[in-house]
Amino acid sequence: MTDRKLSVAAAINEALHIAMQTDPDVILLGEDVAGGGARDGDDVDEMGGVLGVTKGLVKAFPDRVLDTPISEMGIIGTAVGAAATGLRPVAELMFMDFLGTCLDPLLNQAAKLRYMFGGKARVPLTVRTVSGAGMQAAAQHSQSLYWITTGIPGLKTVIPSNPADAKGLLLSAIRDDNPVIFCEPKTVLYASGPVPEGDYEVPFGKAKIVREGSDVSLIAFGATVRVALQAAERLAADGTSAEVLDLRSLQPLDEEAILTTLAKTGSVVIVDEATPRCGIASDVAALCVDQGFDHLNTPVKRVTAPHCPVPFAKVLEDAYMPSAERVIAAVAELS
Amino acid sequence: MELKPDDLRLAYRHMRMIRLFEEKLSDLVQAGKLGGFLHLYAGEEAVAVGVCSQLQETDVVTSTHRGHGHCIAKGVEVPGMMAELFGRATGTCKGKGGSMHIADMDKGMLGANGIVGAGIPLATGAALTAKLKRTGNVAVAFFGDGASNQGQFHESLNMAANWQLPVVYVVENNGFGEFTPTEFVVPVRDIAERARSYAMRSEIADGMDFFDVAEKASKAIAAARAGEGPTLLECKTYRFMGHFVGDPLPYRHKEEAEDWIQNRDPLQGFERTVAERGLLSAGELRVIDGDVERELAAAVAAAEEAPLPSIDELLTDVYVETA
Repeated sequence: MTDRKLSVAAAINEALHIAMQTDPDVILLGEDVAGGGARDGDDVDEMGGVLGVTKGLVKAFPDRVLDTPISEMGIIGTAVGAAATGLRPVAELMFMDFLGTCLDPLLNQAAKLRYMFGGKARVPLTVRTVSGAGMQAAAQHSQSLYWITTGIPGLKTVIPSNPADAKGLLLSAIRDDNPVIFCEPKTVLYASGPVPEGDYEVPFGKAKIVREGSDVSLIAFGATVRVALQAAERLAADGTSAEVLDLRSLQPLDEEAILTTLAKTGSVVIVDEATPRCGIASDVAALCVDQGFDHLNTPVKRVTAPHCPVPFAKVLEDAYMPSAERVIAAVAELS
Repeated sequence: MELKPDDLRLAYRHMRMIRLFEEKLSDLVQAGKLGGFLHLYAGEEAVAVGVCSQLQETDVVTSTHRGHGHCIAKGVEVPGMMAELFGRATGTCKGKGGSMHIADMDKGMLGANGIVGAGIPLATGAALTAKLKRTGNVAVAFFGDGASNQGQFHESLNMAANWQLPVVYVVENNGFGEFTPTEFVVPVRDIAERARSYAMRSEIADGMDFFDVAEKASKAIAAARAGEGPTLLECKTYRFMGHFVGDPLPYRHKEEAEDWIQNRDPLQGFERTVAERGLLSAGELRVIDGDVERELAAAVAAAEEAPLPSIDELLTDVYVETA
């Protein structure tokens, strides 16, 4: 492991640099991904995306970083067409909430071309998108909608919880020949952590045990990994040994890792930042009951956001998001 | 634009094949032999064939729910298409696409499309590929007047004009969006007017006249290939057989339909023009008619005999499987 620490945002930026250096077919397009900057040799600087994640890329790859109009359907639809004909686009959907403005190109085009065409098409598209609550961005800029993309056959959906995984998962996403939704949870984006130098990939469908334990399994992903680790720390102080599994990839899903930790501890709490209905937590819970029933010593618990929009006021937003307290309370209900 | 006798023979062959193909499908549905939703292209042949006669094989087209004509015009093999419509393993898409999703990437046919307007950004993306990879290819989006009311149309035209992409947007204005007359829902008289919002060239062609379409498409394609950006080409046309197979057509005026069908049939128009200009003889055209009829009959017979897809195919090609 390296000593070098980067934020998730910086790790993503580094992955994009590597992907573009190693493959001339990789392009970036989206709203503000270049973000203005000098056109006539004057001294203004570019934004590099609304959160500055793509800053510097347009200088390194001036022909391959494309600012678009605010036209999500045009951006994603064009990226699908470009991917199907030989480019490897990385499209930015500024916030995952904007999925509502560009669902068709993902749902009916990217996800289905290969199948509908009898295997003749490939759509190597990556859609980077900022998801989740935690910035007081309120109801239309804070949703975790990965349950929608995970439920669409033909798409893959991944979500890192730390900078090292963010870099490796993004490189895998860009090099994958399938359309991949790469979620960037807000509360993770500026988390700092060690990031290996150089070019490496984190494979999809491989969950990772981020803390070993023996009494209960906390299954988390994206923003909730930190929450689960905090809970595990405090549970340990009270004599409960919690294992924390970071799913990293929602489709494909590492069912084996889920069932393995279940078999080890006999108890499962799934922590999901999204709303509860038809979600990842319910999906994983169903898997545990369906295929791990013989190893379960307790009911399967889910800690999720409530079935309501994301509120603005900080106190309400905090109450909305899964917390270590709620995870600990869920674990307490098991005994 | 130069059209050699061989080009004309091929164009006529394609137009005749489209007409017979669609008539045959209508018969097959009525005979209970075909399932699914079918939208027939009869009457609009001059548009697909006029445009595609000016394209290279490596150029890419996107199509619509009314896509059989574009497929045939772009060179997709008819036996595979027929087998696809029969849901057979030998179909162009292994029987997994059906009428609204026939595609053949090897022929630059990036798919019929069941979503109105969805092919437009796909063609725009194909044009972006052509521009950035400097392939010299051109992309063509075929779509209807109805699709020109979709956001995907406006977003794509704006982006393509801004980036000066090598793409031609071909709007087939057949006077109806499904069952609603275009003028009920569109405030501009010509869809071509919409190009002005995007500082884009536009052109209006008689979509029943192969020569007019080919001429105007040729200019638009040449401009795109020369790096001069996109064109919106509106072709005024008419769908002879309604929106879908089984459309009872209560919404259209009988006299209007008869006028288009009796007096403006693109195949008859083609025949008149080649005779007037002494380009092809009636005898040559009848030979092509016979060939097409035999080919189509053979395609139907082969499709009916072809194996059904294996149930194992249900789960193949959902994803690209990489090692």
